Amino acid sequence: MIRFATALFVGAAAALPAYAEVDIQTVTSPGGIDAWLVEEHSLPFVAIEIAFTGGTSLDVDGKRGAVNLMTGLLEEGSGNLDARGFARAKEALASSFGFSAGPDQLTISARFLTENFDESVALLRDAMQKPRFDDGDIERVRAQVLSNLAFDAKDPNDIASKTFATMAYGEHPYGTVEAGTPESLAALTRDDLLEAHRNVLVRDRVLVGAVGDITPEQLGALLDAVMGDLPQSGAMMPPKIEPQIKGGTTVVEFDTPQSVALFGQRGIAVDDDDYFAAVLLNQILGGGSFESRLMQEVREKRGLTYGVYSYLSSRNLANAYMGSVSSANDRIGEAIEVIREQWRLAAQDGVTEKELQDAKTYLTGAYPLRFDGNSTIAGILVGMQLIGLDADYIKTRNERVESVTLEDVKRVAGELMEPDALHFVVVGKPEGVVSE
Amino acid sequence: MMRYARTALLSAALMPAVAFAQTSPESSGKVTDFVLDNGMQVVVVEDHRAPVVQHMLWYRAGSADEPKGSSGVAHFLEHLLFKATDKLEAGELSATVAANGGRDNAFTSYDYTAYFQRIASDRLELMMTMEADRMKNIRLTPENIATERKVVIEERNQRTENNPQALFGEQISAAQYLNHRYGTPVIGWMHEMEELDLEDALSFYETYYSPNNTVLVVSGDVTPDEVRALAEKYYGPIPANPELPERLRTEEPRQNAERRVIFRDARVAQPYISRSYLVPERDSGAQETAAALTILSEILGGGTTSFLTEKLQFDTQVATYSATGYSGVSLDDTTFRIIMVPADGVSLEEGEAALDQALAEFTKKGVDAEQLERIKLQIRASEIYAQDNVDGIANRYGSALTSGLTIEDVQAWPDILDAVTAEDIMQAATLLRREASVTGWLMRPEQGEAQ
Repeated sequence: MIRFATALFVGAAAALPAYAEVDIQTVTSPGGIDAWLVEEHSLPFVAIEIAFTGGTSLDVDGKRGAVNLMTGLLEEGSGNLDARGFARAKEALASSFGFSAGPDQLTISARFLTENFDESVALLRDAMQKPRFDDGDIERVRAQVLSNLAFDAKDPNDIASKTFATMAYGEHPYGTVEAGTPESLAALTRDDLLEAHRNVLVRDRVLVGAVGDITPEQLGALLDAVMGDLPQSGAMMPPKIEPQIKGGTTVVEFDTPQSVALFGQRGIAVDDDDYFAAVLLNQILGGGSFESRLMQEVREKRGLTYGVYSYLSSRNLANAYMGSVSSANDRIGEAIEVIREQWRLAAQDGVTEKELQDAKTYLTGAYPLRFDGNSTIAGILVGMQLIGLDADYIKTRNERVESVTLEDVKRVAGELMEPDALHFVVVGKPEGVVSE
Repeated sequence: MMRYARTALLSAALMPAVAFAQTSPESSGKVTDFVLDNGMQVVVVEDHRAPVVQHMLWYRAGSADEPKGSSGVAHFLEHLLFKATDKLEAGELSATVAANGGRDNAFTSYDYTAYFQRIASDRLELMMTMEADRMKNIRLTPENIATERKVVIEERNQRTENNPQALFGEQISAAQYLNHRYGTPVIGWMHEMEELDLEDALSFYETYYSPNNTVLVVSGDVTPDEVRALAEKYYGPIPANPELPERLRTEEPRQNAERRVIFRDARVAQPYISRSYLVPERDSGAQETAAALTILSEILGGGTTSFLTEKLQFDTQVATYSATGYSGVSLDDTTFRIIMVPADGVSLEEGEAALDQALAEFTKKGVDAEQLERIKLQIRASEIYAQDNVDGIANRYGSALTSGLTIEDVQAWPDILDAVTAEDIMQAATLLRREASVTGWLMRPEQGEAQ
């Protein structure tokens, strides 16, 4: 009976329900700062995500790590509060502020109760506009970053990422570690941090998503309060780069029982007409579900790994098609062979109609499930702006997925996937795998 | 505070669930519970903001319920439940969930094993048909066993063997528990995992997988009436297992000797100190001690304003990072943990001495009243924030109800936390007995033996 029931439900999947409206308003503050807003007044708090594009890629020559260290210091004292004073004030309001730096953006995630609105905004304003960068705090956070760098130097996953990035991007910011090297980090001064702040936190590169118990008028006032005094524009964005990836294998010897492999080739941009076809192709090949070809072939049939994935790494300045797997040193060679074979098969034959249908049902059905909480939605609003989407994209996104044909996926598989250019970086003591 | 990538992972796993959302009928987070005739307990957490549902089935069986010699079988069985049943082919359950736009997975801990799907709310019935089916009808082949055993061994390789911090933590737990199964890792010891067979898996399945040993937690856009009707239809016909064993485990004796674990590994980048104390967990109807320990953990190591951070990172610069962890949700005695990463140039010995001195100072100085007030305010606020994530509330009910607590215990918890006094906290601090502790040093091989 159950097979019948299943088939019935799958058949009905084309009529997935109309999901909750995510009603996005675009707001411009009196001072001219744009933001996206979803009003949701049922819970008495607000979630706000603020992203400054460029992030750690805006490090000045010779100052690698400045943006990352500066970001870590934004909540370590500002205005007339020192680091502990700031933390106490934040706790007394039960607000949370997160500050993080990545290669494409510096992100600030704030959450605060409606009843503490004004005090929270004032605290956030000081953190963003008046960071103190006191000497003792610089040294304390610098030591934490150095310690993290030491961890990464002994972590097979980080070693693999770093090796791949150096190979693919060389001297471009995408090719070096954003926290810097121990040497570059040690040389950073307070002036370097102030310069990084001026270069990154600027009004013409800011994207904002706000969700929760807040009106457009309140949001407008908040935007001007926390960003009104920031400079209009900052450092020049580094150029886009085509990753330099040649077919082959690079083995990095590291004494550990399980080898970690990172693999990749050139990718596809999010604004490419074929992007959705590539997303569907990847979902079928290695998109993270148990049903993907890679999971079936490497894990389910052969038990060679706990997890194997592929993903489109489509970023602001470069696009790659990447994946990862880890297997015991005496089994990684077989896992790599199976993955290479799957790459060849997909490039040559594309996918089946059933695979495409299943992937479409999954992606269209899973999409609305993402919108499940104020902070999450605020993050999605910023993510959409970051890749240049319109506010009405949510309504049309599933249609774009549905409109991809089997022929599209076959053609894109042939054009995008380059089995001979797929490069593996393997960290460990892999048996029978050599650099070539 | 720069997020501390590696050790933060360790402490994240130890972070206490500080508060539970209150039931508030007018907004999201409303909780209803009932019991089916066959003994299955059901909890419904409502949130009608989006047409999404999370369906979770929690078994009161985890790695601490395994027979000796078969460590890892609870988790191995969890993997095997994605294979065939009488009605479903291997992998068909997950494929069906995905084909309906949902995602599914499962997890195993010391005291529970849980399976879940997150999907559009009008697909709840399909989830129940499949989940009810695999409670009793799995059909395993020798090939399933051979292949999936390789997968869980690779999982252990990935999580533990490749990670000196994880190996170190395993040794500390093993030293902490003299007579209790919490000293054995959930994923299992490698040499025992390699021997797990079909019979081990089926024996665990037949002993523990029955409706009177489960808690069904459904959260999201559903009503209690809907859930009751569906649960009665699909889970209701499965008979209770009258021979379900009582959950009696060997208990810890009074611990009388402090222990030390020195773990050396060439892959260690950053030596650090990890201290573990055996302490009480949340007991049904008597959660006060655990509540005091929960707030003690916040006071000692809960962030920038905590006592240890002040002493070890601000007043002196002996530590690069320090944190504490305590989670009272546990069937039996649990641990209170402290980790400290000494600053560059500070030895593990000096770091440990500074840590002990700070703890002694805390005992003398007592609780800062303002800090306690701020912590309580944050606990109250977290009840509001928690309503934004009903799946989180669902997880808290599932883990509590499979760890010896009741619905009433879960709902009383915020008030019990709020009632904790400075005296309670200092009393709880006396439970951190040196004789019931393990102090671990994670370090690099000594000079000359680095090979």
